[in-house]
Amino acid sequence: MTAEALICSDKDLYLPQPATVVSKTVLTATEILFHIRLDSGEELKHMPGQFVEVTVPGVGEAPISVSSSPDRKDGVELVVRRAGRVTSAMHDRRCGEKLGIRGPFGTHYPVDGVMRGRDIVFIAGGIGLAPLRSAIHWVLNHRQDYGKVTVLYGTKSPAERLFLDELSDWSCRPDVTFMETVDRADANWKGNVGVITRLIPTAGIDAARAVVAACGPPIMYKFVMVSLYAIDVMDQSIYVSLERRMKCGIGKCGHCQINGLYACTDGPVFNHADILGVQEAI
Amino acid sequence: MSPKKLSLPTMNDWVAAVIRERRVFGPQAKGDRFAYDLLGCPADLRLDHDVTILPPKKYLMPPREVLLTFTRSGKFESVMEGEPLVLFGVHPYDVAAIAQMDRYFTQDNVDSHYVARRKKVTIVACDVQSASENVFAACMGTATVPDGFDVLLTLVGETYVVESRTAAGDALLALAGGLEDADAVSLGRREQLWMDAQKLLRRQNLRCQVEDLPGLLDRSYEHAAWRQKSELCFSCGSCVMVCPSCFCFDVQDEVGWDLVSGERRRQWDGCLLTQFARVAGDHNFRKLREERYRHRFYRKGKYLHDRCGFVACVGCGRCTTACTSEIASPVALYNSLLEDQ
Repeated sequence: MTAEALICSDKDLYLPQPATVVSKTVLTATEILFHIRLDSGEELKHMPGQFVEVTVPGVGEAPISVSSSPDRKDGVELVVRRAGRVTSAMHDRRCGEKLGIRGPFGTHYPVDGVMRGRDIVFIAGGIGLAPLRSAIHWVLNHRQDYGKVTVLYGTKSPAERLFLDELSDWSCRPDVTFMETVDRADANWKGNVGVITRLIPTAGIDAARAVVAACGPPIMYKFVMVSLYAIDVMDQSIYVSLERRMKCGIGKCGHCQINGLYACTDGPVFNHADILGVQEAI
Repeated sequence: MSPKKLSLPTMNDWVAAVIRERRVFGPQAKGDRFAYDLLGCPADLRLDHDVTILPPKKYLMPPREVLLTFTRSGKFESVMEGEPLVLFGVHPYDVAAIAQMDRYFTQDNVDSHYVARRKKVTIVACDVQSASENVFAACMGTATVPDGFDVLLTLVGETYVVESRTAAGDALLALAGGLEDADAVSLGRREQLWMDAQKLLRRQNLRCQVEDLPGLLDRSYEHAAWRQKSELCFSCGSCVMVCPSCFCFDVQDEVGWDLVSGERRRQWDGCLLTQFARVAGDHNFRKLREERYRHRFYRKGKYLHDRCGFVACVGCGRCTTACTSEIASPVALYNSLLEDQ
């Protein structure tokens, strides 16, 4: 190739769009729910499972999954755990202050594809509920398009549970099977105790009809897969979201590689059949 | 434009004319080695260099470059850096690496910062006159290159054969004044030199074809060589920093003195460095040296091949030279994988 033949683009994919913090809701001791609006007034146009790169000017960028459904038109919601430099700086941002947003990036749970018409089983571990919530809201907003809906949620302790109002809403809904568990109970906990895989055999999952959308730490996937295989769920029917150090979001910087796959463009949502031979995946 | 002939004095005058017109960067002596730098006069240009310490990549993807400016109040503005320049005397393997970079940064998502810089660069390639001790370009198919340059220079005896391939190359050659067409004898000697380059640039000998490498890696993920060799790795990243076909980068914000505005910059990063795959919460997806060492070879020998269609190694041998522990040589590594096939 010569310079003359090079493909050009006027679009700078590294340039964030200015955005404003509309509101902050404290969810747990370490997690805050941000409602953010692009200053352009445009919608983000994301799909459930996709992520954005959030800039705190002067501090840096971090990849954060979108927690709200695409149906929500007045901005997006992001759950941010205080974990590193950028997320700590985000926590310190006040309502009305500015952030930058790039994206949405990556693949999504196929709510508009193979999930339609099927039973949906959401399996969320810890903060994995944050990205899945976008898909859960979408499915519940378009309830008639899906079969039986099951939400399984596991956290380490009751104090880490997110979106308490919504959990109780889902547990009351007749058209949702909601089950949750904690690894370690506290004095007030009356529910299930134990790892999330314990919920799978009793959730009434019809392997032939179900599509599983899972999000949680790598260790959770290892055990969840064993339990799903035990009830004959096929790899092709399982979608997982993998987190890596997605720095650029556009498949250039090299940080998020999972062997030959880029978490930022080939993922973060992968069909389990596509990552079976990928040693670094799970 | 048909190949022309340039006598050594004419060559000198031409380089002087190019320097007067443009900013020219070329290989120059640096101690007992060579490095690309701004060229002040033709005498400093060392077209007889064996290899430069760093590849000319640094002019297309600088060690640090500004992507945008920001204010803390949320204004972001793109910065497209880059100035017209001529890279003079680029060896074929480095031309091949630039072609890989062109592909990498324009495939799927176009990196407008790279393209802005690249568009302003004119490449005067030069066939290799002396081979470095660790070169194996001939094994990688890059001892000579058929394209990817604006002008190609080849020293045949006391004369250069010079061939322009692009309008930018034509414009540069016009500065040399009226040139004679290269005669059949010179062109024949150039052909011979290209054939000789296949032997000259094989100081290290890879015992398979470059096309075999992705498959070889496919079969070698659990090979003992990864751990054996990586036990000596300092995770210093020298091998990736000197590589013409390593493109990974990190991005950092820097706040200015006013504490209000600042710049977002990207800088070279490398998968051999400890923190490369580390995320917040101190989880490192490639915690072990062995994993990082292996990843480098897979990224270059297989993953980029599967994605972009090239093996991201051009056989320059810079990593071999740079590695204190003597474990970076791709030839030694691939050959040891081949032994146990």
